Amino acid sequence: MQIYLPIAEVSVNAFLLLGLGGIVGILSGMFGVGGGFLITPLLFFVGIPPAVAVATSTNQIVASSFSALLAHLKRRTVDFRMGWVLLAGGLIGSGIGMFIFNYLKSLGQVDLLVTLCYVIFLGIIGGLMFFESLRAIRRSRKGGRVQRKKHYWVHGLPFKLRFRVSGLYISVIPPVLVGAAVGMLSAIMGVGGGFIMVPAMIYLLGMPTKVVIGTSLLQIIFVTGFTTMLHATTNQTVDIVLAVLLLVGGVLGAQVGTRIGVRMQAEQLRILLAVLVLAVCGKLALDLLLEPAELYSLSPVTAE
Amino acid sequence: MTRAVFAFVGLLFTALTATAEEEIVLGLSQAEVSITTNFDGSEILVYGAVKRETPIPEGAPLEVVVTVSGPSMPIMVRRKERRFGIWVNVDAVEVDRAPSFYAVVTSGPLSEVLKRIEDLRHRISIPRAIRSVGAPMEIENPVKFTEALIRVRTASNLYQVIEDGVKVDEQTLFRAAVALPASLTEGAYDTRIFLTRGGDVVAQYETVIDVRKVGMERWLFNLAHEQAFIYGLLSLFIAVSAGWVASAVFGLLRR
Repeated sequence: MQIYLPIAEVSVNAFLLLGLGGIVGILSGMFGVGGGFLITPLLFFVGIPPAVAVATSTNQIVASSFSALLAHLKRRTVDFRMGWVLLAGGLIGSGIGMFIFNYLKSLGQVDLLVTLCYVIFLGIIGGLMFFESLRAIRRSRKGGRVQRKKHYWVHGLPFKLRFRVSGLYISVIPPVLVGAAVGMLSAIMGVGGGFIMVPAMIYLLGMPTKVVIGTSLLQIIFVTGFTTMLHATTNQTVDIVLAVLLLVGGVLGAQVGTRIGVRMQAEQLRILLAVLVLAVCGKLALDLLLEPAELYSLSPVTAE
Repeated sequence: MTRAVFAFVGLLFTALTATAEEEIVLGLSQAEVSITTNFDGSEILVYGAVKRETPIPEGAPLEVVVTVSGPSMPIMVRRKERRFGIWVNVDAVEVDRAPSFYAVVTSGPLSEVLKRIEDLRHRISIPRAIRSVGAPMEIENPVKFTEALIRVRTASNLYQVIEDGVKVDEQTLFRAAVALPASLTEGAYDTRIFLTRGGDVVAQYETVIDVRKVGMERWLFNLAHEQAFIYGLLSLFIAVSAGWVASAVFGLLRR
């Protein structure tokens, strides 16, 4: 069934979009990532103009993250206090990120820098997570207990707060910094930032994996909601019809994903996420390294 | 300025064709294309007859060229090159005016039914319909950029050349089908019909096909552009409520 999208001005298959939304929704529920780093390239692939794809996927992420968050709320795996602290950092970070983004845009080559950002961050995070999870699985096979709560240097900083749900008593400085870094990257890369946030919370803050996902979702909803409004008011590139199709698939997928996630062990979950992140990274790296079939590309001239 | 020249040439032509012995009487299967939610492309039938007071002139047979052109917009064409092992955009040319859609349908091979000079004058073939002037000095081969633009748009069916697409009966009746793809932009689609003999244009007719969004498509498009803030809130509201509904439904199912 073909459907004409009013803002994107293209006609696409409705079931294809439902399916895309569903897959990304499952991942979002399982791993607590918004799925922006997946859905945006997928939308380019089906022929949605990049500007519309970026703006609309943020709206879709709001929906699937909200659905997943509700599932997590019922299970009480959301650390609200940590969420607000991260969010405060995130809003500061996204302000700085927007500034950097516009600066890069004035230099040209913003596409390349965004892609490089993706490759570098996805590569580092995917690689680190993959090896760490492998080590953890190997350790647990040997019979030893998986030990994650170590005493990091971050625990020595001032302004300590008790995060009861996470079982942490740490300074607010590291979470604010993590939030800011994620906010900055998400403004530049046009994603919710869950794939950076989740590992940062696990490895930098030492939060338990199950709490991390719900808390990351909380932060993602606000960051992507803010971005959606920004795109809708400045560029008019949010396509509501496209968003509805994606999010119908997405919210259903998110519910399924959350249930799959609960049944799996934390280490397995992390290794799967690592593989996924590395796969996307590999694909983007190949695009940069291999000679494209068409050397020329078209883009609309924007009135500056 | 160029527009004025155009208009002048146009005027000149109507003046000429008024005295010419052959005139076009035209019909369109639809003068309006409505883009609805399930819009999946549209086929427009352009048909007509040649009106003449005198017998059919001898010599070269009558040929017909139909062009349909979407709204023209400037477009940036970028070229990639390998730098430090990766493929990056190295240079760009802004093409001043390129139609978003362009179809040329003829009754025979374009080079035979139309002389080069007539093509230049009326801007009929695809390369003529695109206007590219000031390419930056450092660009070695600006023509390649225009060629790339045509190649990319032809591949997505936005630029079409259909030779032998016009059927001409008895040098008097003609009809042609123009397939508009699903991915259309809104606007006035200039439709031109040329009658040629021996490659010279002997008569010309212009009309407009209106392509516009209707119903929900129209409403959403207007809302997004005129009430952007409300539109943004609406998108967020839909997103959040969809998330909540899905969660509630699944909660019930599990019980």
